[in-house]
Amino acid sequence: MRSNITQYDLIAPNSLDAVLQILADSPDHYTPIAGGTELMVALGAGRLQPKKLVSLWNLEELRFIEVTPDAIILGAGTTFTDIRKHPVVADEFSILAQAASWTGSIANQNRGTLGGNIVNASPAADSPPALLAYDAELTLISTRGARTLPYRDFHLAYKETALEPDELLHSVTISRNYKGYKTYIRKVGTRNAQAISKVAIAVLARVNKGHIEDIRIGAASVREYPARLSATEKSLTGKTITAESIAAARATILTEVRPIDDIRSTAKYRAAVAANLLEEFLLSFG
Amino acid sequence: MSTIQLTVNGHEETIEVPPMKRLLDVLREDLHLTGAKEGCGEGECGACAVLIDGDLVNACLVPILQAEGTHITTIEGLVINEELHPIQQCFLKEGGAQCGICTPGMILATHHLLERHPQPSLLQIQEGLNGNLCRCTGYMRIFNAVRAAALTGVAE
Repeated sequence: MRSNITQYDLIAPNSLDAVLQILADSPDHYTPIAGGTELMVALGAGRLQPKKLVSLWNLEELRFIEVTPDAIILGAGTTFTDIRKHPVVADEFSILAQAASWTGSIANQNRGTLGGNIVNASPAADSPPALLAYDAELTLISTRGARTLPYRDFHLAYKETALEPDELLHSVTISRNYKGYKTYIRKVGTRNAQAISKVAIAVLARVNKGHIEDIRIGAASVREYPARLSATEKSLTGKTITAESIAAARATILTEVRPIDDIRSTAKYRAAVAANLLEEFLLSFG
Repeated sequence: MSTIQLTVNGHEETIEVPPMKRLLDVLREDLHLTGAKEGCGEGECGACAVLIDGDLVNACLVPILQAEGTHITTIEGLVINEELHPIQQCFLKEGGAQCGICTPGMILATHHLLERHPQPSLLQIQEGLNGNLCRCTGYMRIFNAVRAAALTGVAE
């Protein structure tokens, strides 16, 4: 059933401050919309609940990539095309570039934003595993000011986040101090292009002669939200990669993931593939 | 209702429409440009692809207010002096179009691809068109059409 378009309102203030003021004056009344690759699908299907929307598209205060000596800061309004085109992302953040490349099609990448991908909070979102592996930090803003929190603490429950009704995601900060770390990312879906993941894993690790000094594992489609697999990380930290430590990590990841059966896959398949992907990464040091 | 000004295929247009109306519906219903098709209506099939300020987008996912002040190119706008664009001619010659529903989007995606990669590899062609689904051709003739268009130097 198509939506009755006359019931919806959309406003497009020309500054970030104006948007924040609207959200402060009437929290819960306006739903932010950026590139529309999620909310417009709901509109077309007749299931877009919010009737009043405020556009963030092309707000220059949100669409930027800033590089400092220590970090890269990606504005929430940065599109996946912007991310793929950026030379520092391509050089230093290969698993983020890779994730951006398989986020929908080129047309979706021209409109879909990093902030939307995070705030929409889909368990199957494409950029979160890489952001979790990099231990990205989020900056949230409102008229009350700005605050930061680790991305790993942002998702609270299925489609529930730490974002307050008057807040916007402003930017994502990733450290550039990952020299010597090895990275891995793999998405398993029905086809390479444009498919929603059955399971995806991203890993960032410092491994010295087979000894794991530090490891972070981000995963999608294995929990009710994108999540770090900290128990699995703990089972590997300080260990040497051997058949035994791989078997122990497999056992841990199988208990740590809590996937579901749905139209795209089964819980059993997802758990097994998550373990296989982690093993594939660990075996790459052999 | 919102008053929207935008340029479509070189013509300045001013329309009164609800701000959340989809660009696709404005093109087809208000401006009577029916080249862009509705396939899935959820950004998966690319049948409604158009160019906004040169960027390939799915018109079913763009609220018209976000297209205010932009330059839009639809398949109707590729014609040069009433002659088919070289990409269109290559799709005809190579059999890259059958039922025709995906063709406008395929051709605009090809245009977008060749502007960025004038001599694309097969992988680049596959990636450039991966958001455009065709249920007739099996894609091989479409890839041949894109290669033929690249050889005409259309984007150079």
